Amino acid sequence: MPQFTTLTSRVAALPVNDVDTDQIIPARFLKATDKAGMGVHLFADWRYAADGSPRADFVLNQPQNQGAQVLLAGGNFGCGSSREHAPWALTGFGFRAVISTSFADIFCSNALKNGLLPVVVDAQTHRALFEMVEELPQMEVTIDLAGQTLALPTGQTVTFPIDGFSKSCLLQGVDELGYILGFEPQIAAYEQARVP
Amino acid sequence: MNQPLTLLQKIWNDHVVAQETGSPAVLYVDLHLVHEVTSPQAFAGLRQRRLRVRRPDKTIATADHSIPTHDRSLPITDEMAVRQIKQLEDNCREFGVALYGLGSPHQGIVHVIGPELGFTQPGRTIVCGDSHTSTHGAFGALAFGIGTSEVEHVLATQCLLQRQPKTYQVRIDGRLGPGVSAKDIILALIARIGVGGGTGHVFEYGGEAIGALGMEERMTICNMAIEGGARAGMVAPDDTTFQYLAGRPYAPQGARWDTALARWRQLPTDPGAIYDKSITLDAGALEPMITYGTHPGMGMPITSQVPDPGALSDPTQKAALDKALRYMALQPGHLLLGHPVDVVFIGSCTNSRISDLRLAAQLLRGRRVAPNLRVMVVPGSQEVKRQAEAEGLADVFRAAGAEWREAGCSMCIAMNGDQLLPGQYAVSTSNRNFEGRQGKGGRTFLASPLTAAATALSGTITDPRTLVN
Repeated sequence: MPQFTTLTSRVAALPVNDVDTDQIIPARFLKATDKAGMGVHLFADWRYAADGSPRADFVLNQPQNQGAQVLLAGGNFGCGSSREHAPWALTGFGFRAVISTSFADIFCSNALKNGLLPVVVDAQTHRALFEMVEELPQMEVTIDLAGQTLALPTGQTVTFPIDGFSKSCLLQGVDELGYILGFEPQIAAYEQARVP
Repeated sequence: MNQPLTLLQKIWNDHVVAQETGSPAVLYVDLHLVHEVTSPQAFAGLRQRRLRVRRPDKTIATADHSIPTHDRSLPITDEMAVRQIKQLEDNCREFGVALYGLGSPHQGIVHVIGPELGFTQPGRTIVCGDSHTSTHGAFGALAFGIGTSEVEHVLATQCLLQRQPKTYQVRIDGRLGPGVSAKDIILALIARIGVGGGTGHVFEYGGEAIGALGMEERMTICNMAIEGGARAGMVAPDDTTFQYLAGRPYAPQGARWDTALARWRQLPTDPGAIYDKSITLDAGALEPMITYGTHPGMGMPITSQVPDPGALSDPTQKAALDKALRYMALQPGHLLLGHPVDVVFIGSCTNSRISDLRLAAQLLRGRRVAPNLRVMVVPGSQEVKRQAEAEGLADVFRAAGAEWREAGCSMCIAMNGDQLLPGQYAVSTSNRNFEGRQGKGGRTFLASPLTAAATALSGTITDPRTLVN
């Protein structure tokens, strides 16, 4: 898993609540059997016109958002399907963090396993961020995972929550499987004790 | 005196293998369901790390999402689907996983075959790379959807890292009226609490109306827990549960059944146990429900008018409703009753079981579906299909002018060629009305099998109570 320490980036703003994973990556792209190549399909039905050309009015197609690594999204981001193709598409496009007021449980879990940081902010900060991006599309934010801080261009810094275990996995760039495999003796003992 | 525990807490405590301070629990998984869409990358991960499937005996697979539901003797024309299905077959062979795939008499939607074969049992932890795994909670199991990384974790270790979810008691008092069914309960709940209302929680459904439901109806309600944001939904096991399970191929038999039964009877929430959140609905006040928007929380009683964004004060909610009504091409203040549709879809892991098909057939028997309307009936499994054919339901559907198809997810997720055309409207018994879910540009009204069947007869959205005594 890619490591996450600090990130300074421009912000692409998508002011839509309850973005479901079917929008993040429509089901017809789930027939692929590897993780690569999902970025091009990110938000496909919002991003491309019927003829496949980019829609000029969609946030990811706007010139100032090229290279943005932070997505600012509406509340309850990533609801619906458990498809991990959603974080694969977001990271494939180049995003490393999503800021919202809340994330759906399964999406959040999947994101953390792919080096994509879900940053939860309060409603007031969330609103202020959308206003800032609208006024100053080139603005940058800095995310410091160790300190759990999000620094805004105003000089203001807000903190965000993350559980200590996921944080340490992200900071070190290690995945969970190694950790679980370390419990093999306990797993075997559990199975022994439960044999009916 | 021990502290009173909820159903969830009992199952949780029973499955914690290890828990280090500050870290999530290592939680044991009793049953891992696998399908073709969310598993290939997980098996590839095992190969990369030179790991085996730790407990193939606790893992079962089926092909349901990508497979066509047309005549099974015809070839699959979608090259990517062919590759994905072959990949599943190869993976199951290499790693020793039982596959109920194409050609198996038990093939079907993963959340239909698990219960039907008796793999789904009270007290079990059940996972699958599929958000509708919540379905299995109907048996008093802790069942939830996981991502592909977690599929790999479970394949390799039979365990998952999890933090204990909070509990959310959903009480449905009273009795459902005629023409109102399980699907209407869950659509009403989600309309009330919103699509994020259950985030971080597990629903435990109870109350008189839930006790009166059959197992398949309970599955419908647990299936859509995820649409209310709850990763799992549960119903305490009772005699209805035990009667359903008795004699199923993989349910315990003989003396082991008696032992299991004694254990299962201990599972229901203790009196006095505390839930983190609670809500109560009155079943008697529920009407048939229908969605008007682009997520399952945008639902209303079928006799209501499409809500007006102008009446909302919160600007983000107003924008969301505006966007949804634009996508759906619906006018605020208008009735949905009488709105023409192009397709009626009866199927999906929400509503494709035999009792769902019986409800639909009850209205379609001896009648014809409206002209120029496509009506698809897609059984959830080959077993459901055989049963429906034996009962004469398939003949009812065919005689009415509906398509009687092979088992699979079909137009619920539109990966297999069964899909709406841009701009088409469907009344669907499935679980998601997201933009494009049933085909790019397609527009979905979610409803019960009764409402779907009533709509199939008239070709316009119809209140099933006008046809049900």
